[in-house]
Amino acid sequence: MNPSGVSSPLVQIQPTHRHTVVIVGPPNSGKSTLFNRLTGLRQKVANYPGVTVESRRGQFSVTHGRRVDLVDLPGVYSLEPRSEDEQVTHDVLLGRMQGTPKPDAVLLVLDATNLGRHLLLAAPVLSLGLPTLVVLNMADDLQKRGGQIDTTAIANKLGAPVALVSAARGQGLETIHEFLHGKLAIPTPLELPVLQNVPACRAWAARVSSDLYRAPAPPLWSRRLDGVLLHPLWGPLLFVAVVVAVFQSIFTAAQPVMNGVESLLARSGQWIASSLPASPLRDLLVEGVWGGVGSVVVFLPQILFLFLFIGLLEDSGYLARAALIADRTMARAGLQGKSFIPLLSAYACAVPAIMATRTIENKRDRIATILIAPFMTCSARLPVYTLIIAAFIPEHRLLGPLLGTQAAAMIGLYVLGFAAAILTAKLLKSSILKSDRTPFVLELPPYRWPTFQSIGLRLLDRASVFLRRAGTVILLVAIGLWILAHVPLSGGKAPEIRDSVAGAIGRTVEPVIAPLGFNWKIGIGLITSLAAREVIVGTLGTIYGIESEDDSAGLQRALRKDLTPGGAVALLIFFAFAMQCMSTVAVVRRETGGWKWPAIQFAYMTGLAYLCAWVANRIVTAWV
Amino acid sequence: MQLDGKQRRTLTDLRRGEHAVIVRLEMPEAFARRLMELGFLPGGRVVAGRSAPGGDPRVFEVDGSEIALRHETALQIQVEK
Repeated sequence: MNPSGVSSPLVQIQPTHRHTVVIVGPPNSGKSTLFNRLTGLRQKVANYPGVTVESRRGQFSVTHGRRVDLVDLPGVYSLEPRSEDEQVTHDVLLGRMQGTPKPDAVLLVLDATNLGRHLLLAAPVLSLGLPTLVVLNMADDLQKRGGQIDTTAIANKLGAPVALVSAARGQGLETIHEFLHGKLAIPTPLELPVLQNVPACRAWAARVSSDLYRAPAPPLWSRRLDGVLLHPLWGPLLFVAVVVAVFQSIFTAAQPVMNGVESLLARSGQWIASSLPASPLRDLLVEGVWGGVGSVVVFLPQILFLFLFIGLLEDSGYLARAALIADRTMARAGLQGKSFIPLLSAYACAVPAIMATRTIENKRDRIATILIAPFMTCSARLPVYTLIIAAFIPEHRLLGPLLGTQAAAMIGLYVLGFAAAILTAKLLKSSILKSDRTPFVLELPPYRWPTFQSIGLRLLDRASVFLRRAGTVILLVAIGLWILAHVPLSGGKAPEIRDSVAGAIGRTVEPVIAPLGFNWKIGIGLITSLAAREVIVGTLGTIYGIESEDDSAGLQRALRKDLTPGGAVALLIFFAFAMQCMSTVAVVRRETGGWKWPAIQFAYMTGLAYLCAWVANRIVTAWV
Repeated sequence: MQLDGKQRRTLTDLRRGEHAVIVRLEMPEAFARRLMELGFLPGGRVVAGRSAPGGDPRVFEVDGSEIALRHETALQIQVEK
């Protein structure tokens, strides 16, 4: 490849030793796309024990069944360990990270459409002396916009092999396999990396790429699209339209799929009931497992629709624009720009969101973000909201076929959660967590077409997380609850559910929750849903499964018998505000290093939930 | 001093589409470094772009990418035309 190069194997892959290869690169250079490409479906999400930002690990095989452990690190602009995410990258590269062996090789992923600036990271990474392949990603974009690059000559200047790839299209990946087999030569660097300061380092990057790189034309249609999407009037209107479209389609498009899953589960339940001999075990299976777990699993289509939209918005680059539009609101609440990404990911789940706050350097800002994150409407609330809205809010058209009352109610609940978060932030930032305003910097990537592979992988990932929870937490609670609902036995016969242990627990809390319009059955659900919010749906499924003589009485119809409209609205409000999630409590304790903040947070959220649910119940009951 | 009489200009003085050369970053070292890594280098060219509805934050084109800054940060970046 290069006459001056020394041809020595970079990584000698032996079957006995597992090799660790890390992916490093600036944010938005396509590291995760490459990671997904290389690992395919074998990826899994994992955290470093007790340390900072989430990073992902996966395996992939390089021919002959030999495998490599691939680690996807968070995006960094430099290796100066200043913020915690940079510390992780720094420590992993130097082999100082517990639980991760010192990497055998590095894939340095840079954006080929912005090589000059991205080469900044090459200097510190190459100086580490680890076998490194410089992966210039987004080759398709570079070519389309008329850029050019002489990879061989750049490799000679850098002293590291260079691959030009398109991770999104899967082009050029064979070079990565060749690299891992030690088939690529390491040239002797012609331009030694410069590290002293940013301007000097940038000048080095310019020397490396001058003559050998023609930068692509600016992404014109991205600019044109921004002309509309960041327009003072159309921008915010389109923002609202996008949100409305997402929720309306969750109701209209996902509903038929959900009905299909529901009838499939109902029929399989009946089949089990009829094919097994009558026994407590059969009842446990049909009422506890099928009734409990099944009633949660039917919400899978809704969850997937939500993540399909989030994925499309994220991959296209629109979310960065949404962050820009939302920044004024955030700033008014005293939040800094860096809080936006964690809060956005809290729409999926508060747990990764709270871990993502590790990128916020200011401790007070970080705690404020942690405290408000669980107010954002996470996907575990979706089954609860959908069930109650579908059961109690009659569907009317509001804006022709564009928006119905049910979708509007759902949007209202999302807005309510967001408003509670912002108001709480304002309260915290003007009292106990005051701090100076910290700067906001946001890189706007060009718009890109989302790829099927990337969206598909994400949906698969979400589906497996959802089903795993259904198969573990929800299943255990369902079985436990079924047993508690059948003891104490009197004369070998199970008691009425009202007189069982579960019923007694429900009736103990009933006086406390009666002012909200909830009876003892809802009380049992509130207690079990402390484990995770969607458990209440499974719990009600189990209770009604045991109660009902014929299994055809749907969960919605059963609920309508048990809740008044006031109670239903109160239940929605309660779930919007209450911190019904043990995983969140645990992660807040870990991230803040003690019980103080999770205790305050739990008390505040539950108190607020109780108060607002009580007010809602009174208002609705007085009006209806 | 040569600077006398010459008005101090910052990124906030640029109209949309106007370009300028960055002179100095007047902010704490750590944050200046971050901005330099993103392309706001003294001597570098910057073009003012669109802003979010309401005028803040604003997008600037530097070193081949588009970066949005809040008004208060743009005030700390001195430029000359």
